[in-house]
Amino acid sequence: MASDAITVPVGQIKARPWVDELHQWLTTVDHKRLGILYIVSSLLFLGFGGVEALVIRIQLMHSHNNFVSPEVFNRMFTMHGTTMIFFVAMPILFGFANYLVPLMIGARDMAFPRLNAFSFWLSFLGGLLLYFSFLGGSGLYGAGSAPDVGWWSYAPLGARAFSPGHSSDYWTLALLVSGFGSIGTAINIIATILCLRCPGMKINRMPLLVWMNLVMAGMVLLAITPLSAAQIMLLIDRYLGGHFFDTQAGGSAVLWMHFFWIFGHPEVYVLIIPCFAFMSEIIPVFSRKPIFGYPVMVAATVCIAFVSMSVWAHHMFTIGMNSYANSFFTLTTMAVGVPTGIKIFNWIGTMWGGRIQFKTPMLFSIAFLFQFLIAGLTGIMMAASPFDWQLSLSYFVVAHFHYVIVGGILFALFAAFYYWYPKMTGRMLSERLGKWHFWLFLIGFHLTFDVMHVPGVLGMPRRIYTYEPGRGWDTLNLIISIGAFIQALAILVFVANLVISYFQGARAGNDPWDAWTLEWSTSSPPPAYNFATVPTVASRRPLWDRKHPEDPDSRYE
Amino acid sequence: MAGLIIAESAIFTIFVVAYLFYLGKSITGPTPSEVLETPILYTICLLSSSLTIHLAAKSLERNYIRLFLGFWLLTIALGGLFLYGTAQEWHRLIYEHGLTISTNLFGTTYYSLVGLHGFHVTAGLIMLVIVALLGLSGRVGVKQSGRVAVLSMYWHFVDAVWVVVFTVVYVLGR
Repeated sequence: MASDAITVPVGQIKARPWVDELHQWLTTVDHKRLGILYIVSSLLFLGFGGVEALVIRIQLMHSHNNFVSPEVFNRMFTMHGTTMIFFVAMPILFGFANYLVPLMIGARDMAFPRLNAFSFWLSFLGGLLLYFSFLGGSGLYGAGSAPDVGWWSYAPLGARAFSPGHSSDYWTLALLVSGFGSIGTAINIIATILCLRCPGMKINRMPLLVWMNLVMAGMVLLAITPLSAAQIMLLIDRYLGGHFFDTQAGGSAVLWMHFFWIFGHPEVYVLIIPCFAFMSEIIPVFSRKPIFGYPVMVAATVCIAFVSMSVWAHHMFTIGMNSYANSFFTLTTMAVGVPTGIKIFNWIGTMWGGRIQFKTPMLFSIAFLFQFLIAGLTGIMMAASPFDWQLSLSYFVVAHFHYVIVGGILFALFAAFYYWYPKMTGRMLSERLGKWHFWLFLIGFHLTFDVMHVPGVLGMPRRIYTYEPGRGWDTLNLIISIGAFIQALAILVFVANLVISYFQGARAGNDPWDAWTLEWSTSSPPPAYNFATVPTVASRRPLWDRKHPEDPDSRYE
Repeated sequence: MAGLIIAESAIFTIFVVAYLFYLGKSITGPTPSEVLETPILYTICLLSSSLTIHLAAKSLERNYIRLFLGFWLLTIALGGLFLYGTAQEWHRLIYEHGLTISTNLFGTTYYSLVGLHGFHVTAGLIMLVIVALLGLSGRVGVKQSGRVAVLSMYWHFVDAVWVVVFTVVYVLGR
């Protein structure tokens, strides 16, 4: 198949000095470069957040451990949570969206390239601001450096009286700044998808990845903004002497919880929906079948987005809401399970009867399906408010949401890395190292997070820096910590794979997976202009039509 | 811009919710019914500026540049008048009634909600002035009417928010 790129004779490409190269990366407005910047910077923060997780696990390895002080421990779990959600998961998913959406809809770039660059730098510098707190947080007070009040920063812990110094200010400002970045990117994604589709790419022919990113971007607009508003209120409280969350002046600590979780729960879906998107692209290609139930998938995604906006208070069953609120949020939370279940059935339906190729992306995808299902099941358990009263704020909850975030989101991200790395760099990732990465990470993950449910049921609360011996928690915690180190080892294998394959990987060619969406029709990596001629599309699988002109999809849709 | 407006609406919603939630929860005075006066005149100013900016954008589409500039400057004047009204009200509240953002919950929520809106009016005015300066130097023509329409959308949004804020603060809140 002919490439869509214009070939430049070798003699015309001159090596540029590295300063030029750096300058180009810093000032770029190209969606592909920004996508890669997003991804690389998120990997950097993943390293930071991972080290913090390891510190937590070393400290909890056995009872009465003195590896770090209680104050440092508080900083570690606060920074771990904040980093992983705001500066790893969100930007890395935005990075993939940035890179893939214009390519998949046959566009030259995002709708607002400069807004795109602005959003990236806001997010990235927000992250740096958060980490600068380690140096600058103590200010004049000498009162602790990094934020240490948990990633919820529940009132009144975030108030001046309980969080002196500047640590909480760094937290607030970093989240506010990166939140504005997220809003900018979301607007950009929506405008791109609605306005820049190539001829023939009707809205019901868009790849599911594009659909789901559209829904995700819409959710970002409604979910991130309450957090930004709440951060502004917190700043007013801390700097202008306001009383929003000051209970002594009649303010309400519960209001902060509501505002935080109105953001916090949709945020989970903002993170998981792009992962559904990866699954919906990867599973069909490696099952050699088109996706099962395309319209239902779209409907389920939109449905999840709607319902997930009204479930936030299931994070707050233990604060003592009335029984009507408890029942309402129990019911809505369980209702989210329905469209999610539809999706899982559709993916299995796609695999059913297909000729499945067990390449590394597919391995991660299958693991995602199982783990996400289990995470959903414990989610349904927690949704029942009486059950939640027993186990809320225990390690059971920690295990549950790590099952979603690591077992779901991170596995899906790894699948996406193995699948699209050839497109981004022109080189294949090593399958051998990939298999090592997969199995090590799988074993480490299950060792850590399967076992973690048990101390939760036994009553181990979250966020404690140590515990008494003889409560039956010691061995379990040791196993959990060992699992964490196996995962860290797997991540090292992954990073090694990324680096080694960049220089020595096999050449990918345009379309190494024999896939069906438009990004595979241009060269790897794609040229700055993406497509030399604007592609036209007649079905949901444009490349299938091009490869099989005798039996095109467009005949059946 | 539609996306931005959705996002902004969510931010305002949260502030409005906070205002309503804290109505009457202040432990100390002054209370809204004691100190607030309904700013009818300035509200009319702001709302009619929506009409003038609409007329300005329409005139630009039809290439009536002078008419466009006239309506545009009128919009700026009306917006400025509204801001002056807010400033006067705040001055009165602070110096006569001693109500500041840290006095009580009413002060906190009132100043942040009205202030957030005022901030948006200010931002809008700055953009309007930039366009006016460009227009006066003859650089705004039919080609720019799309962008001007987007800006006028933002201005309509700011006005619509004022309707909500006005209802909440001056009608329901007293």
